[in-house]
Amino acid sequence: MSAMSQTRTEAGTRTEALLDVRAVRKVYEGQGRSVEAVRDLTFSVARGDLVCVVGPSGAGKTTLLKCIAGLLAPTAGEVVLDGEPVDGPPPGMAVVFQEYGRSLFPWMTVRKNVELPLKQKKLPKARRAELVHQALSAVGLDDVHGAYPWQLSGGMQQRVAIARAIAYEPHILLMDEPFAAVDAQTRADLEDLVRSLWQRLGVTTLFVTHDIDEAVYLGQRVLVLSSSPTVVLDDVTIDLPAQRDQLTTRASTRFTELRGHVFAQIQRAKRHSGASVAG
Amino acid sequence: MRLAGRIVRTLVAALALPTVLLALWWVLTADSESYYLPPLSEILADVDDVWLRSDRLSVDVAPSLLRLTGGFLLAVLLGVALGVAIGSSRRLRAFCEPVLEFLRAIPPPVLVPVLMLFAGIGDAMKVLVIVSGCLWPILLNTVEGVRAVDEVLVETSRCYGVRGPARLWHLVVRSASPQIVTGMRQGLSIGIILMVISEMFAASNGLGFSIIQFQRTFAVTEMWTGILLLGLLGFLLATLMRLFERHVLNWYFGLRQAQRGGSR
Amino acid sequence: MTTPSTLAAPARQSRAGRRAGGNLLLGGLGFATFLLLMEAVPRAGIVSQEYLPPLSRITGALAELATEAAFWTALGDTVRGWFLGLAIAVTLGVAVGFVVGTVPVLREFTASTIEFLRPIPSVALIPLAVLVFGTDLRSVLLLVGYAAFWQVLVQVLYGVQDVDPVAAETARTFGLGRWARIRYVTWPTALPYVLTGVRLAAAVALILAITAELVIGAPGLGNEIGVAQSGGAVARMYALVVVTGLLGVAVNALARRLERWLLSWHPSLRREAAA
Repeated sequence: MSAMSQTRTEAGTRTEALLDVRAVRKVYEGQGRSVEAVRDLTFSVARGDLVCVVGPSGAGKTTLLKCIAGLLAPTAGEVVLDGEPVDGPPPGMAVVFQEYGRSLFPWMTVRKNVELPLKQKKLPKARRAELVHQALSAVGLDDVHGAYPWQLSGGMQQRVAIARAIAYEPHILLMDEPFAAVDAQTRADLEDLVRSLWQRLGVTTLFVTHDIDEAVYLGQRVLVLSSSPTVVLDDVTIDLPAQRDQLTTRASTRFTELRGHVFAQIQRAKRHSGASVAG
Repeated sequence: MRLAGRIVRTLVAALALPTVLLALWWVLTADSESYYLPPLSEILADVDDVWLRSDRLSVDVAPSLLRLTGGFLLAVLLGVALGVAIGSSRRLRAFCEPVLEFLRAIPPPVLVPVLMLFAGIGDAMKVLVIVSGCLWPILLNTVEGVRAVDEVLVETSRCYGVRGPARLWHLVVRSASPQIVTGMRQGLSIGIILMVISEMFAASNGLGFSIIQFQRTFAVTEMWTGILLLGLLGFLLATLMRLFERHVLNWYFGLRQAQRGGSR
Repeated sequence: MTTPSTLAAPARQSRAGRRAGGNLLLGGLGFATFLLLMEAVPRAGIVSQEYLPPLSRITGALAELATEAAFWTALGDTVRGWFLGLAIAVTLGVAVGFVVGTVPVLREFTASTIEFLRPIPSVALIPLAVLVFGTDLRSVLLLVGYAAFWQVLVQVLYGVQDVDPVAAETARTFGLGRWARIRYVTWPTALPYVLTGVRLAAAVALILAITAELVIGAPGLGNEIGVAQSGGAVARMYALVVVTGLLGVAVNALARRLERWLLSWHPSLRREAAA
C-alpha cells in the first residue's frame, strides 16, 4: 500500500503516468534452446506524451511492444496501463503494425476496415459513420472509402491503418516501426501526419523505430534500448520546439546534437554487446 | 473499332471449335445406321419429347437437384463448422488427423451400399451419401485454410477486440474462404457423381434412374438425350459455382494480382 | 522472481521438443478411440449390429477375405483398372496440355470447349459404356480415363502458363530453339503442376474405378461390395469397404511420395532448400 502511494506521489510531481513498464523480462523457449529477448525494462509514459523507443535491429523492440499490447505475456515483471495490469489486449489501446499489407483485412473495403473495431465496441451506426469519416479525413483519405486495401499504395495502406487506430479513440496508441517498409518521401509525409495527429488529438503515443532521425524528429522523449537482451540505455528528453518540420527542424543544431547523442549511445550498445559475445 | 475487333475475335475463338464439333457430329451421324450412335438430329428432336413435354422435369430432374442441393449445403455447413473447430486447435487436429486421413481415402461411392443398410433407398439415403462424399474435401480444405490465417491479422483482431462470432466470421472464415471454396468446388463434382450413381444403384426416380432405365430398355436415343442433359447440368452447376467464386473471392483475385504486379 | 522462471525454462524446452512425439501420440489415441467406438457402438446396441457389425467381426471377415483367391483377383482387377486408366489419362493429358498450352492460338480456340467438357460428370457415360463395352475392362477405362484426363490437362495448362516471361525471353535471346525451350524452360516450370495433376487424378481415378465396378458390375472390389451387400454379408461388405479405404490411403501416399521424389531433383525446391 505504501509503495503504491509512493508511486502515485512520484507520478504526481511530474505528470500522471498512463503506462508503466516494470522490470519486464521475456525469454522465448524454442526448439532445444531459449533466447532472452528482453532482460529488464522499466520506464513509464506520461499521459499525453509522445515517446519514441529506438534501438538497434533485433533489440527486442517488437517483443517489448507485444508485451505492452498484451499480445505476449512477459516472463517476469508487469505492464500497467491506467492503473490496470495488462494481461491481454486492453480495451483502450490501438496498435499500428509494421506489416500494413497484412494487418488490414483484404476482404473488406477501407471503410469496413476502419469500422469493424467500432462495431465491436457496439457504437451506434451514426456515430460509427461519423468516426470513420473523421478518421479517414484526418489522414487525408477522403475519396477511397469504397476501395480495397490492396488497391492502394503502401503509404496509403498505412494511412488506413492509422485511421483505424484513431477512429478507435484509444487512450494509448502503439506504433511498431510503422514506416519501415515505405519509401523515403512517403515516410516523411507520414511522420508529419503522426506528429500533427498527436498534437490535434493529444493521444498518448508510443512509437517504436530503428531509425534514430525518425525517433528524434517525432518524439518528446526518446528511450534508447540496448541490443538483445534488452535494457534501457538512456532516456533522452527532446527539447525541440513543438512545431517541427522536415526541413528546418532536421537542419537545426539542436537536432544534430540530439541525434549525435542517441547515435553514440546506440554505437556503444552495439560495441558493448559485441564485446560481451566475444568475451 | 479495335475494341469491337477484340470482342469479335473472342466470340469467334469461343464458338468456333464447339460449332465445328457439333457440325461434325451432326454430319457424321446423319445417315448413321449404328445402333449406339443415332443421328444427332434425332437425339435433339427427342429432347423435346423425353424431357420437356413429359413430366420428367418435375418427377426426375427436380428430385435429383433437390437431393444434390440439400446434401451439398449440409456438407458445406458441417464441413466448415468441423473444419474451423479442428483447424483452430492443434491438439484436436493431431487427435483427428489419422482417422480423417483414412475416412477421406474411402472412395465415396462405396458408401451407397453401406448407407442403404441404414436408410433404405429413399431420399434420406441419397442425401446422406451426398453429404458423406462432399464433406471431406470441404472439411480438409477448411482445416488448411484456418491453419493458414495470417498471424498479423490474428494479432490485429485481438488488439481491436474482434472476438467471438465476429472473429469467427470476419477473421477465420473469410480468411479461409479461398480454401473453403476450393473444397466446395471439389465437393460439388463428387456430389454430382454421387447423385447420379445413388440413383443408378437403387432408386425409383431421378436423373440417374431414368438414364439407366433408358439403357436397360435399349431406348438408345432417349439415353443419349439423358447423357446430354446430365452433361449440361454438370456444366451449369460448374458455371454457378464459378459465379459464386467470382463473387465471394473477388478480393482474393484482386489481392493476388496486386501482389504479382508489385515487387513483393 | 527470477528463480521460478529459470526453473521453468528447461521444462518448457523439452515440451517443445516433444511436440512432434506428442502429435503422434494424440493421433494414435484418436485412431484407437475411433476403433473402440466401432466396436462399442454396435455392441451397446446404439446402432443395430445388422447395419454395423462390431469391429471384431469386420476384422474377422477381413482375415477371411485374405485367404480367398477371388478377393486377391478382385483387388488386382481394381488396381489394374485404376492404373491403366490413370496411365492413359496422364499420357493424353500431358501431351494435349503441352501442345495446347504452348501454342497460343490453340489455347485460345480450345478454351471454351475445355471449359464445357471438363465439368461433365463422367458417370454420365455409364450407360454408353455399358451398351458399347458391357462389363469389360474397357468400360472401366473409359470412365476412369475421362475423369482423370481433365484433372491432368487443367493442371498442365496452368503449369505451362506459369512460365516466367523473363525466363522465356532470356531463353529466346540465347537462341534456344522451340524444343530446347520446352525442355529447359517450360517442362521444369510445369513439372510441379503436372505432379499435382497426377495426384488429383490418382484419387479421382480410384473413385471412378470403384464406381464402374459397383454400378456397371465390372470385376473388382466395387463389384464384390455390391455382391456382398445384396447377399446380406454385412461384415464382409464392411471389410471390403475398409480395403478400399486402405487402397485410397496407399494411392494418396504413393502419389505424395512420387511428387516429393521427383521434385527433390527440381531446381525450384533445391533453391528453396539452399536459401
